[in-house]
Amino acid sequence: MRHTISVLVENKFGVLARVAGLFSGRGFNIETLNVAPTLDPAYSQMTIVTSGDDRILEQISKQLNRLINVIKVTDYAGDVTYLNRELVLIKVTAKAEHRAEALRITDIFRAKVVDSGPAHYTIEVTGNPAKISGVIEMLRPLGIKSVVRTGPVAMARER
Amino acid sequence: MKLSGAEIFLECLRREKVDTIFGYPGGVLLNIYDVLHQQRDIRHILTKHEQGAVHAADGYARASGKPGVVLVTSGPGATNTVTGIATAFMDSIPMVVFTGQVPMSMIGNDAFQEADIVGITRPCTKHNYLVSDVSKLASTIKEAFHIATHGRPGPVLIDLPKDVTVNQTEFKYPARVDLKGFKPNYEGNVQQIKRALQAIKKAERPVLFTGGGVILSNAAAELRKLARKTQIPVTSSLMGLGAYPGEDPLFLGMLGMHGTYAANMSIQNTDLIIAVGARFDDRVTGKIESFAPKAGIVHFDIDPTSIKKNIRVDIPVVGDCRNVLKEMNRLLAAERGVPWKKKHAGWLAQIEEWRKAHPMTYRERKGKIPPQYVVEQIHKLTKGEAIITTEVGQNQMWAAQFFKFKHPRQFLSSGGLGTMGYGFPAAIGAQFACPDKVVFDIAGDGSIQMNIQELATAVQHRLPVNVAILDNRFLGMVRQWQQLFYDCRYSSTCLHSGPDFVRLAEAYGAVGLRITEKADVPDAIREAIATKNTVLLDFIVDREANVMPMVPAGASIDEMMLDDGKGKKSLPKQQADKITG
Repeated sequence: MRHTISVLVENKFGVLARVAGLFSGRGFNIETLNVAPTLDPAYSQMTIVTSGDDRILEQISKQLNRLINVIKVTDYAGDVTYLNRELVLIKVTAKAEHRAEALRITDIFRAKVVDSGPAHYTIEVTGNPAKISGVIEMLRPLGIKSVVRTGPVAMARER
Repeated sequence: MKLSGAEIFLECLRREKVDTIFGYPGGVLLNIYDVLHQQRDIRHILTKHEQGAVHAADGYARASGKPGVVLVTSGPGATNTVTGIATAFMDSIPMVVFTGQVPMSMIGNDAFQEADIVGITRPCTKHNYLVSDVSKLASTIKEAFHIATHGRPGPVLIDLPKDVTVNQTEFKYPARVDLKGFKPNYEGNVQQIKRALQAIKKAERPVLFTGGGVILSNAAAELRKLARKTQIPVTSSLMGLGAYPGEDPLFLGMLGMHGTYAANMSIQNTDLIIAVGARFDDRVTGKIESFAPKAGIVHFDIDPTSIKKNIRVDIPVVGDCRNVLKEMNRLLAAERGVPWKKKHAGWLAQIEEWRKAHPMTYRERKGKIPPQYVVEQIHKLTKGEAIITTEVGQNQMWAAQFFKFKHPRQFLSSGGLGTMGYGFPAAIGAQFACPDKVVFDIAGDGSIQMNIQELATAVQHRLPVNVAILDNRFLGMVRQWQQLFYDCRYSSTCLHSGPDFVRLAEAYGAVGLRITEKADVPDAIREAIATKNTVLLDFIVDREANVMPMVPAGASIDEMMLDDGKGKKSLPKQQADKITG
């Protein structure tokens, strides 16, 4: 099962390696990973997406808590409702006959063109991972030159 | 006044009340060793190999309950500590390891004797640090000792670049440590403890299962009180031996792969396991699906990751074992009117039957010394009071089975990692911690050779440490598996060309004795105990003696090979006599 795990850590060198080591040491793949400082620059927030057996993920979650540099671990699997957003840059081939179609798709997904040239558009999209995948599928027939995704960031909804 | 990093290092150790450190100098540590040379508060024990230093500090920690401290140089000095650190990590032993490092400006340049020891030891330390600035040195050392000794203990490593030991700063030792990400839960949840008590009251066939946590948290007295009051029998993992007295009628012996018949049968038939400071290691559970099939499980442990890791748990209590047991005993005191003795009489009678059906025994072959007999004699002649360290393999299991430990911190063995070469340096560390105790390393002829260079350390300090080699000219435990499961194909397990241990001991300035007759065993042990010098006893034992009972890997713990003539499975024919060498 896929899990989105949010980890609040101290912003110190080596912390990322400690966190990543817990996954790699158990043969687990981190699908996406996002790290940035919080309002207080002494801490960073990580969002990790991984998948695996629930029992092993419970163990990983406990092991994360055991790390000295980890302040808080939230596993968003289960009944916690949360916001889940990702940003992606898509460089798409946009020759004369496709330029209008590319812009239409951009419009439908409330994305925006952030760079353009005679033969390409670079489109920025934010949204949940399902939306991102939808845009990519729509643009694929036009010819995608490259895609860079941030991986999702997650935040619990206020009750 | 400003102090150099090296002076701060020393001052911090003083504040932590460290009296002994084990180490090995090198280029980047010259400033620290220079400071150490000019003081008398802290003695530095120079081992002959860095691995020996870490195991010695580990033995010192296990025997004394205080954190072990290690000081080694950069590069190979640091990498040589890894096995010792991993050993301490697996067994949750409090330890602070200081490694020298090349100057900050040279880190990452493949400098001479540079190794990324923080990266290398990340998965086998509780926490580790690279001190990048002398201003952070004192607070880092304070944190390291705090982390090593609080919660579930473990080794912490501090990497000290040379310039940090040279640079000066104002010395200020923090009075306390406040780490946001490290707040161990010491007090168990009272509601959970009450639920556990209800479960105990309801249980008809309860068993206490104790692990190393009971020893680490100094909970033996509370455990004894609980078991005696409630008349619940006690079994133990290897790491928990000594928490409950080995000769007490309620003690079932060790559980698991080489556990007693009574212990394994009682776990398979119990309706309630009260696990205290144990982590249900695979050597204890055997086949997990059929472990304790009828039991509810209460689990006390300070580390939430130990709970539900290998085995389902019905009533978890996260907290320090001693506090939780104390609270349990307090609640029990108010529970009048439970006729504990009567309640468990039938269960204890059943256990007695198992005990009588298959007691711990061993084979005797004419003209041979049974290795188990040597352990029994060490037990008898030291009145069960000796500190016993072990290497790993048959020697370790025989020590666990045949020495009846009276006290916690009396049995020092590498349980989790299973490190051959642990026992002898650990014995040295234990002897430094407890100079008045008799210390025996129960060793094999294979594993003693993994750190035998420490004979020089023991002799230099006139330590009366005793080494009892159960010499079978085999890597015995691996050979045993080859005999049982690989049709006696003894691949790379025959030690034909082992050294003459007696002459080797003498070459180091120790006393060496070889014992080839069973009748001479007691006198040799007496002589070793009486000798003030380091003594190495080379017992030429029955070559193909096996550790029994045995649960084969992957089997349930009640599927035991017994080898007492009453078991279900017979053993393959022995063939050691055919092997020359």
